[in-house]
Formats: sequence, C-alpha cells, structure tokens
Amino acid sequence: MDRRSIGVIVNPIAGMGGRVGLKGTDGAEALARARALGATPASHARAVRALAKLAPIADAFRLLACPGAMGADACREAGLDPETLPVAVTDETSGEHTRAAASAMAARRVDLLLFAGGDGTARDVLDGIGEDVPMLGIPTGVKMHSAVFAASPEAAGNLARLLAEGDARVRFREAEVMDLDEAGLRENRVSARLHGVARAPFERALMQAGKASAQASDEDALDAFARAFAARMEPGRLYVLGCGTTLRRIKRAIGFEGTLLGVDVVIDGRALALDVGEERLMRLVAGARATIVVGVTGGQGFVFGRGNQQIGPEVIRAVGRENIVVVTGVSKLVGLDPPVLRVDTGDPALDRDLAGYIRVETAPGQSTMMRIAA
Amino acid sequence: MSTPREVTQARWNEPVVMEMGVPGRRGAVFPAAEAEVAAAVGEASSLVPAAMRRRAKPALPEMSEPDVLRHYLHLSQEVLGMMNISLFGTCTMKYNSRLSEQISLRPQMADMHPYQDPRTLQGILEIVHEFDLILRQLSGMDQFVFQAAGGAHAAYTQTAVTRGYFAAKGELEQRNQIITTIQAHPCNPATAATSGFEVITLMLEENGYPSIEALKAALSNRTAALMLNNPDDMGIYNPQIKEWVRLAKEAGALAFYDHANFNGVMSKIRARDLGFDACMFMLHKTFGGPKGGGGPATGAYGCSAELAPFLPKPVVVKDEASGLYDLDYDREMSVGKVREFFGNLHIVMRAYAWARAMGAEGIAEASDISVLANNYMEKRLLAVDGVTKSHPHLDEYRLEMTRYSLEKLKEETGIGVAELSARMVDFGVDAPWLAHEPWLVPEPFTPEAGEMWSKEDIDTWCDVIAQIAKEARENTDHVKAAPHNAAIHAIDGSALDDPARWATTWRAYLKKHGAQARRAAG
Repeated sequence: MDRRSIGVIVNPIAGMGGRVGLKGTDGAEALARARALGATPASHARAVRALAKLAPIADAFRLLACPGAMGADACREAGLDPETLPVAVTDETSGEHTRAAASAMAARRVDLLLFAGGDGTARDVLDGIGEDVPMLGIPTGVKMHSAVFAASPEAAGNLARLLAEGDARVRFREAEVMDLDEAGLRENRVSARLHGVARAPFERALMQAGKASAQASDEDALDAFARAFAARMEPGRLYVLGCGTTLRRIKRAIGFEGTLLGVDVVIDGRALALDVGEERLMRLVAGARATIVVGVTGGQGFVFGRGNQQIGPEVIRAVGRENIVVVTGVSKLVGLDPPVLRVDTGDPALDRDLAGYIRVETAPGQSTMMRIAA
Repeated sequence: MSTPREVTQARWNEPVVMEMGVPGRRGAVFPAAEAEVAAAVGEASSLVPAAMRRRAKPALPEMSEPDVLRHYLHLSQEVLGMMNISLFGTCTMKYNSRLSEQISLRPQMADMHPYQDPRTLQGILEIVHEFDLILRQLSGMDQFVFQAAGGAHAAYTQTAVTRGYFAAKGELEQRNQIITTIQAHPCNPATAATSGFEVITLMLEENGYPSIEALKAALSNRTAALMLNNPDDMGIYNPQIKEWVRLAKEAGALAFYDHANFNGVMSKIRARDLGFDACMFMLHKTFGGPKGGGGPATGAYGCSAELAPFLPKPVVVKDEASGLYDLDYDREMSVGKVREFFGNLHIVMRAYAWARAMGAEGIAEASDISVLANNYMEKRLLAVDGVTKSHPHLDEYRLEMTRYSLEKLKEETGIGVAELSARMVDFGVDAPWLAHEPWLVPEPFTPEAGEMWSKEDIDTWCDVIAQIAKEARENTDHVKAAPHNAAIHAIDGSALDDPARWATTWRAYLKKHGAQARRAAG
C-alpha cells in the first residue's frame, strides 16, 4: 500500500497579536503594529512541538512542506526531512501564499493538510483545498474558534501520526471553519460567521465493543432528526432556518439546498426566501406564526450572535422563546466547557430574557436540557 | 511501588472450530438399536415430523471428543480478560464462590423445569420469595420480580410498567417523556425510547451532577418518569436526590432508581425511603452472580405496592394460610411478559446464597470496604504522572468508583487508554472499563475495586498502571506495539462498526468474507 502523505503549512506570524493584546495578525497593518509592540513569532515553536510527534515514524509516510518559515524549517527542526513544494513565500507571508500553498498540496493529493495558525489560516487553507481534503490545525493563532483545531500542538501531532500509520481509529467529520472580524474584536465587537465546512480527522473510540453500544455518530443522529423534523413541520407556519451544517441537513431534508452560511425561510415545505437579512426577516415574521431553528457553535456554545446575526433581537422577540428550536449533536454539547449555551443578540435585555434552560434536540425523540448563560 | 512482572500467554494459533475436523471422525459412536427396539420405534428420523426434518445434515465439524476438549482448553488459555485481577468498573466484578456454584448446580435446582406444577417447585419458589424479602429490606420496595435477564432488561421492565401505569390512568398519551441524566447508564434512555417515550437528558453541571433547576425545566405534565443512577459512574453522589424525587412526584411522574452503582451505598440508603417508586438490582454483579460472559444475568425489578399490579407475570406469591407458594398468573393489570417464565433462577439461587452468607452486617461492611478500596486506589492512581480524575475541583470522597483520564499522558506521549489497555494484558491483569458513551472525560477509564479484591491485588493493578505510564515516556513504541506476550497482537478494529464486515456467526462470516476466507484456506 502507498504510504500516506501529509502536507505541512505553517503561518509563521500567527499568534503574534495575542501576547501584545491585539486580537490577531490578519492583514499587514495589524502585523506591523504587533511587531511594533514587540511581538515575536510563536507559531514556529508550537508547530515543531506537533511535528516532533511524527519524527519517530518519519519513514512511514511522505511529507510535503512549504519552503522555509512556512513549513520546511519547522519540519527540519522536528527531525523530519520534507519534500519542499515549489511555491512562493516571502517574509511577509500573506493569506494569498497560504491559499496558493494549500491548493498546491491538494493538487499533490495529500491525505492530510497539517497547518499551524489560527482561524485566519484555517480560512485560507480551506479556500485553497476545498471541502474534500482533510485538514487539521495545530493551534498557534490568537483566535481558534474553528472546529478543525486540535486541543494542543501535541494532540495535533499525535492525531496526524495515527493517520499516517493508517490507524483504524482515525475517522473524518465535517468541521466548521469560523471567520471572526478582527477589526471588530479590537473594538470589543464580536462578529463571527461561519466561513465554510472542512473535512477534519478525529480519533474515534473503537474498543470494548462488547459493552459499549456501537456509537451512532452525531451526523447520523442529526440526519435522522432532520428527516423527522421535516416530516412534522406545521402547515402555514413560517420556519426561519439558521446557518451551519446542522441546519443544512434540515434544509436538505425539507428538499432544498439552502445556504450554508445564510438564514433561509421556509413555509409549507418550500423555500420562501434564501439568505435573508435582518430587515427582510422582520417583515416576514411580523404577525406570522413562526419558529426559529438554530444550531450551536462548537467550542463556545453560541445559539445567537455568532454567524446568524440576521436573526436579530426584534425577530427573536417577535417569534418568542417558546418557538425557538435548538439542534445540535450530543458530542458538541459534551465538548462545551463549561456546559452552557450562550447568546449575544446585541440586545442585553433580550439576552437576559433568553437565559435559562432550553431543550436542545439531538436526535429524533431525544433532547438534552441545557442552560443558556445569563 | 514494585515493578510488576510480565506474564506470557499461551499462543495456539487456534483455528475456528468450524474449520477443524476430519470427515467421518466422531466424538461418540452409538450402538445400533436392537431389532425389537428398531421394529417398535422405527427410524430415529421418523420421530421428527416431515415438515421439520432437515433435508441435509447440519454442516458441523466432525471431531473426536478429546479434539473438542483440547480446542476449548486452548481458547480458554487465549482469553484476553475477565480471568485475572479484573477491576472492571461499573460491573462490580465479584468472585463467584464455589459454594454458590455448587448449590446452583444441585439436581434440585439444575433439573427443574419451569413447566413443572408449582406444587413440585415449592423449594425454589420459597427461595425466590425469601430473596424477594431480602431485596425488599434493602430497598424498601413492596414486591420484586426476576424475569429481566439483565440490568437493561430491568430498565425496560420499568418503561413497560410506566406505560401500563399511565395507560390505566388514561394519561399515557399526555405523559410521553422520560427524563434521565447524561451519566445514567445508556440503557435508561435506550429502553425509554424502545417503549416509545421521548427522552430528555440532563447534563452534569459544576457539582458533577445535574442541577435541580435543569430538572425543574424538564419536568411537566408530559413527564412519565425520571430514571437515574446515583452515584453515577464517576462515583459522585447527588445529595439532593430526595428533592429530585419529590419534584418528579409533584409533577405526577414516577421515579426509577437504576441501582447499577449499588455497591457503595448498600444498606446506607433505601430507594423507597428516598421516595422512588421502583428500582433495579443486578444479581450478576452486586449480588455475586457470574458476570462478563460467565452466564446469564438477572435484573431484579422491585416496585411499590401501587405499581405492583402492573408487574410482569407470573409473580411468586405465598399463601400465608397454607404456607404454600404459587405462581400468580391471574393479574389483570399486568404488563404481560417481558420474558418467558419467572427468571434465571440459578442466578437468583446464587444471589440468595451470597446474601445469606454475607448477612445484613456483611453487606453493610462490604459497602464500606468498596468505598475505602476505591479511595485507596484513587490515592495510588493520582500519584501516577499523566493520570487525572474527572471534576478534580470536587474535594468530596468518591464512592465505589472514580473516573480517571489519561488525557495528559496521551498528549505528552501518544499513549491513551487504548494503548494502556493493550499493554496491561502483558502483565496478566485485565484492562479497566473505560466509560459509557458519550465520553464526558477525554481518554477515560473507570476501575472499580469493590470489596473482595485484596490490597495486594489492588497494588498490583496500580503498579501496572504506573509501570505503563513510565514506559510511555521511556519506551513509547514498546507500549504502542503491545500486547507482546498475549495470544494475539493488537487487532484492527476498523470493522467493528462496519455492518458490511462484522460477522457474529459462521454463516455471516462466509457470506461477508467468503472469497477472502476461501483464498486464505487455499
């Protein structure tokens, strides 16, 4: 069998803004400010920590890396000898370089793209490789809200090693790549949206099958829920369907493709409006019997205010808390620490009204009671 | 700590029995029937009605008796677990005393048939009744039945009784929800769903158990029952349990106590005293019956007098006037059968023998010892670099179990619970139970010392964990490649969840792997 191949891209400037109080280094101006504040690169050292986990099996897989600071340096320091890809790099690496490098890795059909950076890097990598090539993030940035990141550099390295070894525990799932507006963050204004969906590896427990029930994946449970939900939709009721992969399942189950990143409105089994903004949404729900269906952002547990700001405070008030359906996979709920949901509608009074317990649907006939933090 | 010794297991490369045998070879050759007998009875095959007769002989391997015995001896030597020091958490692994085994094998027990007239079953019915009385004392319930063939089956019995109870009240349509917690055994939500209920799960919060506010938010006039364990598998006892049950009852719901974790609270609390309507004990775990493939199981299901009319039938009853025991099938409100007959009575027999041997004081002491042993083990395991426990901020002592995590070791060395489990086999101790799905703690493992393992056994077990954690840092690849001394090395688990490849019978194996099997053969 062919050896598996891993591509490595390091964003050498990722994470520089964090220690000097900036919210990231997206863009040349922010980088210059970070440097002026005395920031030094941290990405390289963290990438080396992850790559060192691969060193003991260096002969068992093929390693491709971007030249110099964008990958090859870290590989060599970790004791690996990569094949260097002929892609452009400059000292001031930019998103453009990352995208071009990722695209070149995809053309070489890597089995995994292991990248070091933050959300901005994840975004560029996804744009370069698309939804089919697996990607895994070594967390080295300031903002890491995307689900493609391992918990630590070591965890990323260990998982990449299992994949390189062909370990049967490595499976793949959809992972959300988030897009946070840094300029907004610097002004303490959080505005995140879903940028896209990547394919990310994870380690699945495959043990003691004698006692543990075969773990039905969240994805199967959510597909089943989507079909059940589509079947029980009330005639004449307006359904405001939020964004993200879980909602895409519901949209597909209803019978239309919908928008992954946008809010769509459905009535009587057909799409009434796609990718609607707040004002249009308000006009649609005014006076109507309506239900809002939303997912939960991974890691942070946001129900409103991250990626679905179109569903603004007025819309939520008009529809009413009792007509909000929250849907997500059990593993996403279990991964929340602390185990609470959050809302950030932009209207603190509404946020307080939404606080308290809510049932989160996880499968047909199954829900989990979660607290929305005040 | 001392360095544990490695053991080497037998390796027989034993084929599947279906691949063994030689045509014509026999275990026993029966003499031909004498002429008079043959004339009177006819061909043996004529005794089987034509419609039921096989067209072809069964495709069994043709083997001699010693071949068969040797085959199973080899397999027993290649067994990977449940035979050694086995601190398999949530399973309360207890020694099955030879005395109990002998009693359950006596002809008065072994040769009985459930279709016998109850007048000829007085001895065993008395034991069932007496054991019912013992469980009533331990739980405060009013009646136990033993049909359920395991803990999950007893939970199912609860959901069936719940249906019967609310159907009789005309509230079944309205009360279609069952509330449980994410740390309750998965059989609770599973059986609730099987019986057609919606399931609402409560998450753990900061204290290690769900909050009363979450329960209140879940309870309504649609709630049929609350089903939970306490303590849960993390060894954390919910001290607000009485209030939980009160709230459930106030909402008109039933409360069911899954006593899978009974060992740490035996004779300290009684389900009925806490307000529960029903509870379940696992006789194959807590009460000393064989467990883990060692034999059929029994879930003892007990309930209040109010629910008793809905119990599965038959129920063993005693006529106080005559002193005779009977099987009561005349129960109008009964949910019917959850299983044939009245239970795996040889397990009830063993559990009765265990309870009588222990006595009330012995059971109370066993509970204390199990908690003490767990906390001793916790001290030892948390001293191992790389091992942490769930909810480390909680200072209270855990009861009979603690949930640990190898997350730190895994991050530092790549050695997690899978690798640890495989390496433990090399030391002749059994790997621990990890955790039920979903895993709330990364890389979890959950040993349970119970009351019967000696301090030396527990020390050996902990020494092995410490040794492997040390090896993880000093010789990672050696641990990764484990087991080294076992009958087989690490197996490829990729087919475990692939219906196209798994096979639990020989026929399924040939169907799914036929071409490959034939290639291998030849």
